[in-house]
Amino acid sequence: MKKLFKNAFIIDPSNDLAGKYDLLLDADKIVAIKKEINQEGCMIIDLKGKILLPGLIDMHTHLREPGFEEKETIKTGCEAAAAGGFTTIACMPNTNPVADNQATIEYIKARAKEAVVNVIPIGSITKGSSGKELAEIGFLSEAGVKAISDDGNPVMNSEIMRRAMEYASSFSLPVISHCEDKNLAGDGVMHEGYYSTILGLKGIPAAAEEVMIARDIILAEMTGAHLHIAHLSTARGVELLRDAKKRGLKITAEVTPHHLLLTDQKVKGYNPDTKVNPPLRSDRDRKALCKGLKDGIINVIATDHAPHTYEDKLGEYDLASFGISGLETALSLLYDNFIDKNVFTWEELLDFMAYGPAEILGIKHGGLKKGSTADITVFDPDISWKVSKEKMKSRGKNTPFANNVLQGRVVLTVVKGNIVYNNMNGEARILYDN
Amino acid sequence: MPLKRKDLLGLYIISGAEIKEILDTSEAMKEIFTRSVKKIPTLRGKTIVNLFFEPSTRTKSSFDLAAKRLSADVMSISKSTSSVMKGETLLDTAKTLEVMGADVVVIRHSIPGAAEFLANNIRASVLNAGDGAHAHPTQALLDLYTIREKKGKIKGLKVLIIGDIAHSRVARSNIWGLLKMGAEVRVAGPATLLPLEIEKMGVKRYTDLDKALEGIDVINILRIQLERQARGLFPSINEYRHFYGINQERINNDDILVMHPGPMNRGVEIESAVADGNSSVITEQVTNGVAVRMALLYLLVGRNNEDEKIV
Repeated sequence: MKKLFKNAFIIDPSNDLAGKYDLLLDADKIVAIKKEINQEGCMIIDLKGKILLPGLIDMHTHLREPGFEEKETIKTGCEAAAAGGFTTIACMPNTNPVADNQATIEYIKARAKEAVVNVIPIGSITKGSSGKELAEIGFLSEAGVKAISDDGNPVMNSEIMRRAMEYASSFSLPVISHCEDKNLAGDGVMHEGYYSTILGLKGIPAAAEEVMIARDIILAEMTGAHLHIAHLSTARGVELLRDAKKRGLKITAEVTPHHLLLTDQKVKGYNPDTKVNPPLRSDRDRKALCKGLKDGIINVIATDHAPHTYEDKLGEYDLASFGISGLETALSLLYDNFIDKNVFTWEELLDFMAYGPAEILGIKHGGLKKGSTADITVFDPDISWKVSKEKMKSRGKNTPFANNVLQGRVVLTVVKGNIVYNNMNGEARILYDN
Repeated sequence: MPLKRKDLLGLYIISGAEIKEILDTSEAMKEIFTRSVKKIPTLRGKTIVNLFFEPSTRTKSSFDLAAKRLSADVMSISKSTSSVMKGETLLDTAKTLEVMGADVVVIRHSIPGAAEFLANNIRASVLNAGDGAHAHPTQALLDLYTIREKKGKIKGLKVLIIGDIAHSRVARSNIWGLLKMGAEVRVAGPATLLPLEIEKMGVKRYTDLDKALEGIDVINILRIQLERQARGLFPSINEYRHFYGINQERINNDDILVMHPGPMNRGVEIESAVADGNSSVITEQVTNGVAVRMALLYLLVGRNNEDEKIV
C-alpha cells in the first residue's frame, strides 16, 4: 500500500526543501513531494508539527556479531539504529572472527538482510586487526566493504599503514584510522589532566591521539590516499586537520556526540559508563571539536556505538570495558544541545549525519526527491523524554546519558519504504512486517 | 557529634570543620593509650570488616588494633582468602558483607574509586583505607594529627610533599586535607612523577628540591617504588638519591618536622640519619594512626549511637 505523509516540515538541503510538504511513497520509492497531495487508497500518516528528514547514516558502529552476541547482534544493533533515526549504519570489523575476509563479510551481509536498517560492513586493514600483515583488501572490496579500518586498535607500524593506504587507494576505499599511540596511551583509562590527577586514574594523554593523526596525515600526503580520522577528540587534532585540509589533502574526520557534549569532569564518581576510547577530554578540547565541526574541518558526526553487557560495565573503573552505546540518544542529544540552541542548523546536521558519511563511504544518498529510495527519519521536536536504560533497544545499556531528560525524539524511521520504527503513539515499536 | 556522612572516602569531600572534629576525637582516643588497660567498650557488638584486596601490613594492623581497642568484632578478608580469586565481583562481595551485618567496611583496593563503588552499594559505612592512586584519607588524617600535635597548628605552615606524587594516594589526600586546614602545600619530585595539572589542586610544583625546601616547616617524604625506574620514569636510584633524596645536609634545621608514611627505602628517598633524627616523627605517625582510626570508627558507627559516650 502506498504511504502518504501529510503536513510534515520537510528539510533536505540537497533537494532545496525546507517547508511544509506532503510526501508519497510507493513501495520502496518516493513518488511525489508536493505542497499538497490528495490520493485515495493510501495509508495516511499525519506528521503535523514533526520534521521529516532524509534517513540518517551512522558510519561508525560496533554491531559485535559475529563473536560477541552477548553485547549486541546485527538484529538488535539495527533496532537501536532505527530507534535513533538511522536508516543506514556502517559496522566496524572488530568482531570474532575479525571481518578481514570475504566469508565474514558475507555472513554480516546475510544477517543484515533480516535486520531493519541498511548495514554497510567495513573490512579490517590488517589480518586479525593485529597491525602486522595487510588483510585481503581487494577481496574485501569485492565482497562489498566501503572502507577499511582496524578500529579499536591503531596500526602502530607506520610501514604497514603506508602500504595499506597505497593499496586501498587502488580500490577507492577510505582508510579509517583509529589514531592512538599505544605506548603513550599505556594502560590509561581516562583523559590525562586535572581530573585524572585528582581521581588517581591512569591518564591517556591527548598527545597519544595527536601524534598518530600527524603521522597519518603525513602518510596520506605521501600516498594520496583518502584518510578518514575516526572519533577525533582533541583540540590539537582539529588544528592538525585544519592544516592538512589547507594543503588540499583528501582527509576527512568524524566526532562523536559524547565528545561534543561531555568532558573528563564527567568521570567524577567513577561511573564506568563514562569510560570510552578515546576518552572524554577537557572542556577546551570539547569546544574545539564543536568549532571544528562548525568550520567544516570535521565532516561527520558518528556515534561510535559500542555496546557492552551489564557485567562489562560493572564495578571498578579500571576493569570496565571502553565504550558508549550511542545510537538511540544521538539525534535527541544533538537536537537538544545544538539545533534547539541555534549552534548549528538542521541543514548542517544533515551534512554531518547523512550526506557527509554517504560521500565518504561512496554510497548513494538521493535524499528526498522523486525516484529516490525512501529512507526517511521523522523527528518530533516537541517530545520531552527521559533516557531509560531499561527501554533501550540495544543490548548495550551503557550510556552516560541515562536519566537525562532530552528534548525532541525520533518518531518514525522508514527504510526502503517500510516503517521499521514507530513511536508516534509513544510505544517505540520495531516493525518487521510491513 | 557523629560525622555528617555515612562514609569516609576521601578528604576532598569533607569540610575543615569535620577534619577538626576527627582530630579532636583522635586526641581523646590517644589518651586511652596512656591507660594500663587500653580498651574501651564503645563499639561492643559492632562488626568491623577489614576488606584488604591489596597487601598492607601497617594499615591493616592499625585498623585491627583500633577496632579491638574499641571492643568491636573484627573480621578480616584479604584478596587471597576471598572469593575474588574465584571471580566474584566487588558488588557480590559487598552484598555478602551486607547480609553478614557489617557496620563498617574498611576497604583497601588497588583500583581508584573502588571504595566509592562499595559505598554506593552497601548500607554499612565504608572507610577508605587506600584505593589505587586516588585517596588514603586515614593516612592523611594521621599526618595532619601529627603535624598539629607537634607544631600546635596547621594553618599557615609550609608543607612539602616530596617524591612520587603521580602514583601516591597519600599525597593526594594530604594535599586536600592540608589545604582545607589552611597550610601552604608544595610538591616536588622528578617531572615524570608529578601528575599533569597538579597546580590546579592549589599547590606549588617544584622539580628543584633545594628551592622547594626553602622556608618549609614540614616535609613529608614518599616511598619511591623501584618499579617506576623499570618503567622509565627516572633513570636510576642513584640519580634519584642525588637529586631528590632527603639527607642531613638538605635538612639542616631541627625545626623541620620530618614525616614518612612508610615503609621507607632507607638510603634512597631518606637517609637513616634523617629518619632516625631529632626532627623525625615517623614512629609517632604509626602510633597516631591507631588513635585516628579509632576516632573514625567511633564517629562513623556512632552516627547511629549518638547517646553513646567515648568513655
